[in-house]
Amino acid sequence: MIHSLAIARAPAGGAAIEVTLKLFAMLERWLPEGARRNEIRLSVPAGATPADIVVALGLPEALCAIVLIDGAFVPPDQRAHRALAPNEALSIWPPIAGG
Amino acid sequence: MSWQRKILRVDLTAGTVTSEPLNMEWAMEYLGSRGLGTKYFIEEVGAGVDPLSPANKLIFATGPLTGTMASTGGRYTVITKGALTGAIACSNSGGYWGAELKMAGWDMIVFEGKSPKPVYLLVRDGEVTIEDAAEFWGTSVWHTEEHLKAKHQDPLMRVSSVGRSAEKGCLYAAVVNDLHRAAGRSGVGTVMASKNLKAIAVRGTVGVGNIRDPKAFFDASKAAKKVLADNAVTGQGLPAYGTQVLMNVINEIGALPTRNHKDVQFEGARDISAEAMAEKRPTDGKANLVTNQACFGCTIACGRISQMDKGHYTVENRPQYWGASGGLEYEAAWALGAANGVNDLEALTYANFLANEDGFDPISFGATVGAVMELYEMGVLTKEQIGIEAPFGSAKALTFLAEKTATGEGFGKEMGLGSKRLTEKYGHPELSMSVKGQEFPAYDSRGIQGMGLTYATSNRGACHLRSYTVASEVLGIPIKTDPLATDGKAGLVKAFQDATAVFDSAGICLFTSFAWSLVDVAPQLQAACEGDWSLENLNVVGERIWNMERMFNNAAGFTSKDDTLPKRLTTEPAKTGPAKGLVNGLDKMLPEYYAERGWTPDGIPTPETRARLGL
Repeated sequence: MIHSLAIARAPAGGAAIEVTLKLFAMLERWLPEGARRNEIRLSVPAGATPADIVVALGLPEALCAIVLIDGAFVPPDQRAHRALAPNEALSIWPPIAGG
Repeated sequence: MSWQRKILRVDLTAGTVTSEPLNMEWAMEYLGSRGLGTKYFIEEVGAGVDPLSPANKLIFATGPLTGTMASTGGRYTVITKGALTGAIACSNSGGYWGAELKMAGWDMIVFEGKSPKPVYLLVRDGEVTIEDAAEFWGTSVWHTEEHLKAKHQDPLMRVSSVGRSAEKGCLYAAVVNDLHRAAGRSGVGTVMASKNLKAIAVRGTVGVGNIRDPKAFFDASKAAKKVLADNAVTGQGLPAYGTQVLMNVINEIGALPTRNHKDVQFEGARDISAEAMAEKRPTDGKANLVTNQACFGCTIACGRISQMDKGHYTVENRPQYWGASGGLEYEAAWALGAANGVNDLEALTYANFLANEDGFDPISFGATVGAVMELYEMGVLTKEQIGIEAPFGSAKALTFLAEKTATGEGFGKEMGLGSKRLTEKYGHPELSMSVKGQEFPAYDSRGIQGMGLTYATSNRGACHLRSYTVASEVLGIPIKTDPLATDGKAGLVKAFQDATAVFDSAGICLFTSFAWSLVDVAPQLQAACEGDWSLENLNVVGERIWNMERMFNNAAGFTSKDDTLPKRLTTEPAKTGPAKGLVNGLDKMLPEYYAERGWTPDGIPTPETRARLGL
């Protein structure tokens, strides 16, 4: 299942790409309907950033502590600038620790 | 004063128990628990001692905050020369036993010698006796605890004991208290069983009083508890998901050691994660996770309590495993799962129950299973030798080997050797994923570079609880650093090692450090204890403890050559994930670390460093 996610700042009719979104721990509740095993395929406008997706889903920014694209950490100051490429996986966790 | 100022000395050879005053001069320099217990140990035991000989000693030590109202103040440490490693061993446990010992009026118990027959120590406040354990020698931890509570008609008695694996010589046997909390690593349980000491049963009603400044301590501990409650990790994440919340993130970043470290990502990670534990099973409609649980005085409550699917092949018609019991923490879930390629959550839970029931370290066990499975796939070990077909991914092999290790039967005897000795025996020492004989925990150091240095330099063999740089490199606590970079990791590891030594020695849980720094610990110690427990002095105390442990290991024969990693991690690049193409850069970090430490290029503390630390 592919969930289409509207991004507020994206122009209408622009090209779309597919990416994977994964939300874990207490962020699970923000996964769009149809998600399985903590993930879902999203269709988003080309150029969408992690910050765009966080806003579109209504995720509290304070709970988005660990933001990864294909496993690589995206620092907070780059989350509004790093555009997702087709088929990349965006994974987000709240503040967590363990050991 | 928070210390009780009294220790017990138990001569198991002579069958005597004596009370001694706590050495307060040492307490001022080494604080308590890990630090102070280790000071006693190295003053009394030669570094060359055979870990399983009567000349080795075994110390159970509380810290000055153990048994107080400080959050998580229930910890104790077991100190000895490790059966698995031959290095200094200090294995830390929570639950309620440590606080009970303190409330019985004792800071520490020093066991020496070897009893001629199985015994247990019974501590009822100041009345302490050595008792016959013949009737329950040869039984599990779970049976031992139930038996002792019934025998003494005291359900509030706290019991710390060893299971059958320790009695049978499994070199990574644990000391287990409160059914499923354990001083798990380095084979401290093996040493206990070698002394014919089955259990320590404690009931304490004296309490912990004489706090130096009660009002200041009340204020300091209250403020520190608020820090834990307000922090998203300790106030929300850990209680809800436990340490198991790490499984998916460590897999995503490509640092989840898989199939004996052949891979760094596990396709079944999600199946064995915190999220999976909370989901309803399709088989019975119930979740694996029943609830969380706190240790004594803990305001975090990260513990997992699980209940198995009664129809699972491991427990069908075996109701003794149907109750709620200690569930999977992250390290155990990794070792029993990803390390072997097994994604059957119920099988992992069962193996974890067995590790609790008969007291063996699930990390070393699981990593040894990984080595056995690799040897099986290479054709070095056969089904006939092992007793079952054992390819990577076989849940049945995992649970079969757990059962054998628990009782020391059949191939379980080989399993009890640990991966270093087992792989050497079968001609492939390179397949042991260990340092100083102790198996790695759940972080691949190709994807988290600082953990390679952590493992290589850990005084008790490979361990994440001596310098948890994962906090910084992955989780951004206290600041985010790049997990793929080696720059700056020498200083980071040193800082984590020294601070951790203080947390451990205070008698509190290391998990408070996700929210607290020593800035939060210092006022609690200063209010509770006489002496200088300023931040500046605590930094020195931590560094002193680390160097003291190092000097013991050096005297025991360990050199810079032992500060190393298996060649798989330094020559075989990660195949997938962000670390793809990388090996661990230990060769760059280690000299920087020695310099940071004030050690010679051969890894020996210089006279100047020793003098600065009062060593």
